[in-house]
Amino acid sequence: MSDTAITATNLVRAFDSKKAVDGVHLEVAAGEIYGFLGPNGAGKSTTVRMLCTLLRPTSGAATVAGFDVIRQPGKVRLHIGVALQEAALDPKQTGEEILKLQARLFGLSGREVSQRLDALATLVDIGDALKKPVGTYSGGMKRRLDLAAALVHNPDVLFLDEPTTGLDPVSRARVWEEVQSLNTELGMTIFLTTQYLEEADALADRVGIIDQGRIVAEGTPDELKRSIGSDVIVVEVAADGDRAAETLRALTGIDQVDQRGDEILVRTTDGAAALSPVAVALNDVGIRVKNLTLRTPTLDDVFLELTGTRIEGNDQ
Amino acid sequence: MTVASIAEVPVVRAKPSGFFRDLVTVAGRAIRAIPREPESFIPALIVPVFFFVVNTGSLSSITEGVAKAGGQSFDYAAFQLPVAIIFAVTGISRASALVADISDGYFDRLLLTPVKRLTLLLGLMCADFVLVVALTIPVLIMGWIFGVHFETGLPGIIVFVLLAAAWGLAFTGFPYAIALKTGSAAAVNSSFILFFPFAFLTTAFVPQEALSGLPKIVAPYNPVTYLLKGLRSVVSTGWVAKDLAEAVAAVLIVAFLSIGLALLALRSRVRQN
Repeated sequence: MSDTAITATNLVRAFDSKKAVDGVHLEVAAGEIYGFLGPNGAGKSTTVRMLCTLLRPTSGAATVAGFDVIRQPGKVRLHIGVALQEAALDPKQTGEEILKLQARLFGLSGREVSQRLDALATLVDIGDALKKPVGTYSGGMKRRLDLAAALVHNPDVLFLDEPTTGLDPVSRARVWEEVQSLNTELGMTIFLTTQYLEEADALADRVGIIDQGRIVAEGTPDELKRSIGSDVIVVEVAADGDRAAETLRALTGIDQVDQRGDEILVRTTDGAAALSPVAVALNDVGIRVKNLTLRTPTLDDVFLELTGTRIEGNDQ
Repeated sequence: MTVASIAEVPVVRAKPSGFFRDLVTVAGRAIRAIPREPESFIPALIVPVFFFVVNTGSLSSITEGVAKAGGQSFDYAAFQLPVAIIFAVTGISRASALVADISDGYFDRLLLTPVKRLTLLLGLMCADFVLVVALTIPVLIMGWIFGVHFETGLPGIIVFVLLAAAWGLAFTGFPYAIALKTGSAAAVNSSFILFFPFAFLTTAFVPQEALSGLPKIVAPYNPVTYLLKGLRSVVSTGWVAKDLAEAVAAVLIVAFLSIGLALLALRSRVRQN
């Protein structure tokens, strides 16, 4: 595989007249974890389905592992592993049967199938349940089996489409650990879509933020956060969120005020200096502050800056 | 580090595994699933037994009496056995399982492998063939209990089973076409409606010369009429080449139509829409 694992040039996918993906450009280096971040309906899964050969682009071009997704879909499939948004498993087969079937379809010999299964059983780590029907598994067990099925043929590029959606925090942390290990220990290129900011922040070497089918920003998480260049004061008021926001907008030294119910986000270049004036201003107009927090920008703040909406808000 | 275990095993490289191996793999999965879903075949055991017992009980004395009055002998149980077989094998398919695969996303998982796309349908049909052959056995036992004797002996029984199974397989194309085209369980279930004109507007209960009304008009155009004729000849008459040839032709015509539709639907489904 070349130094570039994934490329996309002006990739477009339209459903009837609506463009779900509208001119996406991508370049993911081999061995990189690329986080594809955006709210529901932003075009993440459609992009992944095109890169994985499940969906034909309306226009544009893309290569994965050096092969063209339109002209060489069969070769692309030999080099990729995919765990789609919903764990795509047959509930009536056992975990072991699913892994064996997957391995056979990827042309592994009987001995290779046995070796891979032994190794993947450790990764899946569900003990004897591997011999039980998948319908009896918990959500976390299904996700891990799904990941193992995606890895059975030792792919060069792994696509993970929202791998932790719906998982409890413990299972989520475990998937994160496995993703990082796959990248660091096996050098696997990982294309990860997510709507969780902390996930992209924790895992991705680089992040592409997609909104309404277009990539609106790209860079390392730190680069993106630095790009908006200000601190964030989070004010939680007991009531009167509208009036509190109005009050804070009138303060000097404040760059931007965004309100979400009783939570107000105040962006300022010097958060430490602005903290006290914010508290005093709200006290002066008789608004009780429940919490006042100073933090550095998150990817959600970046998304807000770029699109005017929040990923988390859309998620809910 | 759980991933370390993968790093330790020798590196494998994926490759296309070949048409036959893909077919065996997909068919193997489908065959394993059959006993896990008894609800998919138990009705096919009950319905033919019910119709056979009821029809034989209510019509044998009339039909055999009429034949006797005309100086002929007529074994109504032997006449009904092919109908029971047709009722057992018609509409039996893994189409509902295919719909479940599509809706669960498992079909997409299979499409993400280098599997030969045709085997995704043919593998299911292999499992169907195994099942319909298995379903003919209890019906044959029932016929034996009712005293049905095969004029053509054991070879005739084998031909009888294979012809019925071929019909069952030919008919599966319809539910598969619907499953692949719609991905809807309700649509697949409604495909059972197709069974009724095939099974009832024919010589299911009385000989063709005794038919009247709509069945009399439709029966000559219904392939099941010729299939039943061929099957009945094996049971009651002996080796009648013309009847068998017509039965085979009827199966082939339906197979050509239904499996053709299923293949078109498969092509549409696996195309990168």
